[in-house]
Amino acid sequence: MTDSVLAQAFIYLCAATIFVPIAKRLGLGAVLGYLIGGVVIGPFFMGLVGTEGHHVMHFAEFGVVMMLFLVGLELRPALLWQLRRPILGLGGLQVTGTGAALAAAAIALGVSLRPAIAIGLTFAMSSTAIVLSTLNERGLLKTRGGQSSFAVLLFQDISVIPILAVFPLLGAAAATTTVTDATSEAGRPAWLSALIVIGAVACVIAIGRFVVRPVFQFLARAKLRESFTAAALAIVVGIALLMLQVGLSPALGTFLAGVVLADSEYRHELETDIEPFKGLLLGLFFISVGAQIDFALIASRPLVIAGLVIGTMILKLCVLQILGWIFRLDRPARWLLAVGLAQVGEFAFVLLSLAVQDRIFSPELAGTLVATVAISMMLTPPAFILLERVILPRVTDRGDARPQDEIIDANTPVVIAGFGRFGQMVGRLLRANRIPLTILDLDPEMVDILGRLGIKVYYGDASRVDLLHAAGCEHAKLFVLAVDDAATATRIAESVREHFPHLTILARCIDRPHYFALRKLGVRKVFRETFGSAYETGIEALKHLGYRAHTAHRLARRWRDHEEGVIEELGDLWRDDRATYFQRAKGALDEAERLMRDEDPTVYADRDAGWDNESLRADTQVAEASVDNPEVS
Amino acid sequence: MRRILILFAHPVLERSRVNRRLLAAVREVSGVTVHDLYDAYPTLYIDAKREQRLLVEHDVIVFQHPFYWYSTPAILKEWQDLVLEHGWAYGHGGTQLRGKITFNAITTGGPEAAYRRGGYNRFTIRELLAPWDQTAHLCGMRFLAPFAVHAALRIAADDDVAQPRAAYRQLIEALRDDRLDLDRAASVENLAVALPSLLPREVA
Repeated sequence: MTDSVLAQAFIYLCAATIFVPIAKRLGLGAVLGYLIGGVVIGPFFMGLVGTEGHHVMHFAEFGVVMMLFLVGLELRPALLWQLRRPILGLGGLQVTGTGAALAAAAIALGVSLRPAIAIGLTFAMSSTAIVLSTLNERGLLKTRGGQSSFAVLLFQDISVIPILAVFPLLGAAAATTTVTDATSEAGRPAWLSALIVIGAVACVIAIGRFVVRPVFQFLARAKLRESFTAAALAIVVGIALLMLQVGLSPALGTFLAGVVLADSEYRHELETDIEPFKGLLLGLFFISVGAQIDFALIASRPLVIAGLVIGTMILKLCVLQILGWIFRLDRPARWLLAVGLAQVGEFAFVLLSLAVQDRIFSPELAGTLVATVAISMMLTPPAFILLERVILPRVTDRGDARPQDEIIDANTPVVIAGFGRFGQMVGRLLRANRIPLTILDLDPEMVDILGRLGIKVYYGDASRVDLLHAAGCEHAKLFVLAVDDAATATRIAESVREHFPHLTILARCIDRPHYFALRKLGVRKVFRETFGSAYETGIEALKHLGYRAHTAHRLARRWRDHEEGVIEELGDLWRDDRATYFQRAKGALDEAERLMRDEDPTVYADRDAGWDNESLRADTQVAEASVDNPEVS
Repeated sequence: MRRILILFAHPVLERSRVNRRLLAAVREVSGVTVHDLYDAYPTLYIDAKREQRLLVEHDVIVFQHPFYWYSTPAILKEWQDLVLEHGWAYGHGGTQLRGKITFNAITTGGPEAAYRRGGYNRFTIRELLAPWDQTAHLCGMRFLAPFAVHAALRIAADDDVAQPRAAYRQLIEALRDDRLDLDRAASVENLAVALPSLLPREVA
């Protein structure tokens, strides 16, 4: 037994080790790597894992629970409150809308009403595991589309609870209650169930608020790394257990616990402890999804299953598109939401097996549906790739999505391109001095937000000559280049230099190569975007180390002058002679150190020699000596 | 021909009535270098070496500034402290400024009558400039009387101060061309007033 467990573990781990890096290298993403690995080791290809896959999956579902705990940790209660409208509105409409549409489709295909409702509700779910992992992996979670997707997924997780409660009522066995873990509350009166649920939720919040902190403080004093990890796992597992006992979704419970703990000082501790377990279990989960796909069944009725998969996904996609439109998402966000959530999620596996138990429909139908679900999950990573490479570039086509603004009356001395964090600072200072500005920006949301604040920002691509003309570059004196993308900034600088050589350009740069590139184009002065605040921080650090503020400022200033001299000097080397560049850059570091070292706070050199009275003291002594002793002179 | 360096110090040039116009009168004169200190060092982080190079390159050093609190704006004090290094400007080996000519071109708020014993400023301009006099002396420079334009506060915004402008320019040109009676220029009260008597007879 132990042997076989170890052997199984070895096979799963190998699959993860081999397929995930390959998939990532090919740009397919880790999730698809796990799924392919699962298919390959599964019963229909290598047969390394077989029937126990189902149990493995059950176990691995805990990865989803952990993931939601981690998601919760990232979401402070305030942020969750901000998301209430997308969660309840968008999420609620998604579940009911998609459920209804799918149920109607099922009825049209000849399924009777009750099973059709069950199918609709089951297939309305999307895969939290795949979607959140993929969004995270591709850095899309924080975008508007990503946030909306998250909101919908969260609502789906919540709605599993009532769906679980409804299922027994849909079945042929509605009269005789089947007792399972998930539906154990069905035997109690409704008010008692409600009370238990409320009690459990309160319990989770209380644990998060009052138990975790003292426990962790106690462990912190003991300085035992493993006991931290054990405690973190115990919290997650314990809450999951509690939730199962009262018939709530464990994922939801741990998510709630995560949110409660998001403000705690042990947040990072919990994150680092749970993260590797989550990663492994989630990987295991994806592998077992891959391994579960019943290729024999698919081979026996390929057209039906293909039709079901495509039909389901397109229907879900359409509903999400409509909802995205209703909720005023812009086109890229809408597409991300619709394509991202078009698959059917892992909850379907649970719900389908329940449906069979509750005798809502036959095991054969369930088998077909399970295959449909698995394939739709399989298709999600490729769908994301399609979305990123083909769909998003098209729908974010600026000219199409939003026409360039017509600029009226642009005759200002200053044109600012890019009005984000950087450009706004520059712009606000100039505006405060009543200097008229023409502002260009490419972020439609920013343009609208600033418009609401009464700042007119023109939407458009500042590297286009017609826009530069319209912005009044012929008559302007100064062009502030503050866009946050290096390549775009360089393109704009080229364009301005070529068509408006009289304009002085002040530019923000991202890094050294960008600095060199802009200087070479003839940009008058280039500012490294983080230099100012880093410089201030350095001064503050010196002050905290006991330097007097005045000394700290002068030291920092001297260092900056040196630094600015060096970077100008390095520009040519960067282009012509990389080897010498690094040599010189290294030399400059040593130089700066020497420059600072002789500046002991009591010793002045170079600029501050006038304040140094050492030589004067020596001179004074000589003079006094000569007075005392006339022969000397 | 003497080269003339005007070290100009005015923290709010935008509001200046007299200094701005005086400066404009001499800015384009050949042989004159105007160095606007507040423009060069907005944070008072003075480059002493650069300042010393400028001093070496010129023969006449003019400190042009409003007469704030009977003295100079802050940057000139910082400039003195940091540029006039021991061993460079004075003291052992400090000979770099020796023989150069220097004076202050100032504007005062009060009228001339206030700057005398019994007046409400109690001291004469020359007495109040004693630290500059002594600084010049210690550095081996010839210290001339100030070029002082009085009652600048009473001058209207649209007054183009034609008379002081012309006098200032005349003074600078005379210094440049060595036509000024330096001994007498060192002993009078105010170059702006005494200028005609310091120039060669045939010109005056």
